Amino acid sequence: MAERAALEELVKLQGERVRGLKQQKASAELIEEEVAKLLKLKAQLGPDESKQKFVLKTPKGTRDYSPRQMAVREKVFDVIIRCFKRHGAEVIDTPVFELKETLMGKYGEDSKLIYDLKDQGGELLSLRYDLTVPFARYLAMNKLTNIKRYHIAKVYRRDNPAMTRGRYREFYQCDFDIAGNFDPMIPDAECLKIMCEILSSLQIGDFLVKVNDRRILDGMFAICGVSDSKFRTICSSVDKLDKVSWEEVKNEMVGEKGLAPEVADRIGDYVQQHGGVSLVEQLLQDPKLSQNKQALEGLGDLKLLFEYLTLFGIDDKISFDLSLARGLDYYTGVIYEAVLLQTPAQAGEEPLGVGSVAAGGRYDGLVGMFDPKGRKVPCVGLSIGVERIFSIVEQRLEALEEKVRTTETQVLVASAQKKLLEERLKLVSELWDAGIKAELLYKKNPKLLNQLQYCEEAGIPLVAIIGEQELKDGVIKLRSVTSREEVDVRREDLVEEIKRRTGQPLCIC
Amino acid sequence: MAERAALEELVKLQGERVRGLKQQKASAELIEEEVAKLLKLKAQLGPDESKQKFVLKTPKGTRDYSPRQMAVREKVFDVIIRCFKRHGAEVIDTPVFELKETLMGKYGEDSKLIYDLKDQGGELLSLRYDLTVPFARYLAMNKLTNIKRYHIAKVYRRDNPAMTRGRYREFYQCDFDIAGNFDPMIPDAECLKIMCEILSSLQIGDFLVKVNDRRILDGMFAICGVSDSKFRTICSSVDKLDKVSWEEVKNEMAVLLQTPAQAGEEPLGVGSVAAGGRYDGLVGMFDPKGRKVPCVGLSIGVERIFSIVEQRLEALEEKVRTTETQVLVASAQKKLLEERLKLVSELWDAGIKAELLYKKNPKLLNQLQYCEEAGIPLVAIIGEQELKDGVIKLRSVTSREEVREVAEDLKSGQNRDFNFYYGTTPFSYKAQEA
Repeated sequence: MAERAALEELVKLQGERVRGLKQQKASAELIEEEVAKLLKLKAQLGPDESKQKFVLKTPKGTRDYSPRQMAVREKVFDVIIRCFKRHGAEVIDTPVFELKETLMGKYGEDSKLIYDLKDQGGELLSLRYDLTVPFARYLAMNKLTNIKRYHIAKVYRRDNPAMTRGRYREFYQCDFDIAGNFDPMIPDAECLKIMCEILSSLQIGDFLVKVNDRRILDGMFAICGVSDSKFRTICSSVDKLDKVSWEEVKNEMVGEKGLAPEVADRIGDYVQQHGGVSLVEQLLQDPKLSQNKQALEGLGDLKLLFEYLTLFGIDDKISFDLSLARGLDYYTGVIYEAVLLQTPAQAGEEPLGVGSVAAGGRYDGLVGMFDPKGRKVPCVGLSIGVERIFSIVEQRLEALEEKVRTTETQVLVASAQKKLLEERLKLVSELWDAGIKAELLYKKNPKLLNQLQYCEEAGIPLVAIIGEQELKDGVIKLRSVTSREEVDVRREDLVEEIKRRTGQPLCIC
Repeated sequence: MAERAALEELVKLQGERVRGLKQQKASAELIEEEVAKLLKLKAQLGPDESKQKFVLKTPKGTRDYSPRQMAVREKVFDVIIRCFKRHGAEVIDTPVFELKETLMGKYGEDSKLIYDLKDQGGELLSLRYDLTVPFARYLAMNKLTNIKRYHIAKVYRRDNPAMTRGRYREFYQCDFDIAGNFDPMIPDAECLKIMCEILSSLQIGDFLVKVNDRRILDGMFAICGVSDSKFRTICSSVDKLDKVSWEEVKNEMAVLLQTPAQAGEEPLGVGSVAAGGRYDGLVGMFDPKGRKVPCVGLSIGVERIFSIVEQRLEALEEKVRTTETQVLVASAQKKLLEERLKLVSELWDAGIKAELLYKKNPKLLNQLQYCEEAGIPLVAIIGEQELKDGVIKLRSVTSREEVREVAEDLKSGQNRDFNFYYGTTPFSYKAQEA
């Protein structure tokens, strides 16, 4: 026993050592070494049957959704799905895990955040990291050359919570993608239209969609003198401009990433610009940028995009922003990101972004990575950051002190005196058979007061009260819970009366 | 390279050895020994970057849902969820994995079917095996004494497919449970009412719900002379259709019936589509003070129901739409993309489900064909002459009749017409209000 306790102590200390190393961002080899030591120690400890019983938590970075949170979630998904369907999207679903090989090599540095399943003698599996790689695998597997689909599901990332406060390890993604060879920028414009429709319908405040293009970034960095090898790392510095000042970004590029100051200055001249289609036209005239083939392509496509966005009536929500350099490596063309705007404290101040709530872009090379013949299927899509939206909507409801119902029950079947359970059971069954949402208390002889209180707490609007006298008269008392007004309704008319009051169609649909 | 190829061959052979042992149901220790050998060999092989690219399959026992299968799935879930809501149930959701400790010791022999996550230096995790243990954990964690909830989500079991043909390793469960101390049998009766409502609404054929009680089984075996130790094994011999999990006091099973070949024959069950029972001891296993919360519930076997509904649709040769698009915005001549973009945008802004082809100058025939394939009922055709006259031609795709020519301000007029098309009421013309 003492031996075991000593071992447990060693495991605990080694676990702390590993966590410390990770926080200090020690070298990958060192961390791996210490993790291996930890696993050896744990293996010595063996399975511990006695400690099992009272573990009452969800794994780190995951959470349950209570009925209240589910009500918010359902509202948000309903708005989003309506919009996807309005645009003619089909829906698919894929397994929660993929073969490890499918995900390997697709996420660059982020690959270390993938959850692996234990090798239990079969295939090596990993939990999906996003919905895009599974989509590409689905397209290649089914040899599809075009599809417009949405997919709403949870994805898994072993994020380090110390780095990213409040970041979940299990969270929802809502993806919409159009795959196929089409005339330029029409599907891209529809993606932006969808993003705007969703964010407007959710009523979470004003928003702005920043747009840029990978080819413009490439071309811009090239003419400023950034070497290919530094491209990615300079990109991630530039991308911070929405959160920090240009001076800080410049310092990072020159001080930490070894960029020459003149090169940084040239970059600064471009990336601090944002505007509408006039900026696109201005850059098309830029003497240096217009010499770069890639940048020209990108600018040409953006010009066309803006034409379509104007026809869609959303050009006032779009900003061509040269500092947008976001995200994963697989974007090949237009990229976009939607941010919520806070109202400025003083007039004249520019609204500050409070963080991205949706993003996306064009990625023409991904499906080709899965096709044995390397056949390309061009794709453009978007992803809605629903977890952020859940919190915003929850906060909004709390601020408005709006009570969120967690059930849709329309009427409680109650009894005024004792020994009326049989009648309650018969009546509630009639109501269910007629498609009415009804409940009863699971008590033989409940007090009327308790039944009314149940209605108030749950937000049930109507109560149908069975009483001895009313039974003899062939009526039921139908009471409005909030107004307390009651009326006697004939038993045979009750279903119709309830449907009328709750706005339901008379047939069962 | 040859060395690597030799190693790969060894890994392959060892993998086959392991699978063979499992099929023969060799002893657990022997299997573990051989699995350990396999893992050692694989470790020697190391990561293989070159082999990655063209793996085009889902993991064993899992599958994608195509748009058609999703349409079936959505229909089925809609019926089930309506019923749960009709009975006043709340809904919850839990993570796909739990702490390994949470699931340990809850599933008896079946524990070997649990998917574990790799130890990557943090908590030990396992994928959920059902929705009931997470529910008990949720109740105990939130100190709830009563709740009526449903939960629809996928669960994970490393079933051996050789044993159980067609059994998935990832599959949906639809659970409904009433937890709390109530007067006897009222919630139990409601669970059975729900089961019947759902199976009737799904229209998958006649069904029968078999009911029994663990206490009756206990008593019966006792008076027949079965020793306590033999109880479980005799039980599973008796019960061929389903396994009994911990502490079910009453078993209920719903089976689908085939119509008998001859009158007088009893209907034959074709397999369970739903099951449930009362389980009063589970939450107590999670509560530090061992406080009990009595529970009764049911689980709908939706995967079987998906197949049955799919087969039924195929037999009826009913075409399943995978989108809800009401109208395609089309052009009759070239150079009308701008007008199409403007019009489709107006329709979306008015809440109408509309599409357009992503081509600058599509042929009218192709646009009509697109409608036929997707089942889109209406097409709004923009033409040069009609533009000058200020009208749009609205055509029914199936009848090819021109529905009407509508004036340019389409929003209100079209909305009403589309509502008629999309609903189940028959189409009829409506005079457009000025």
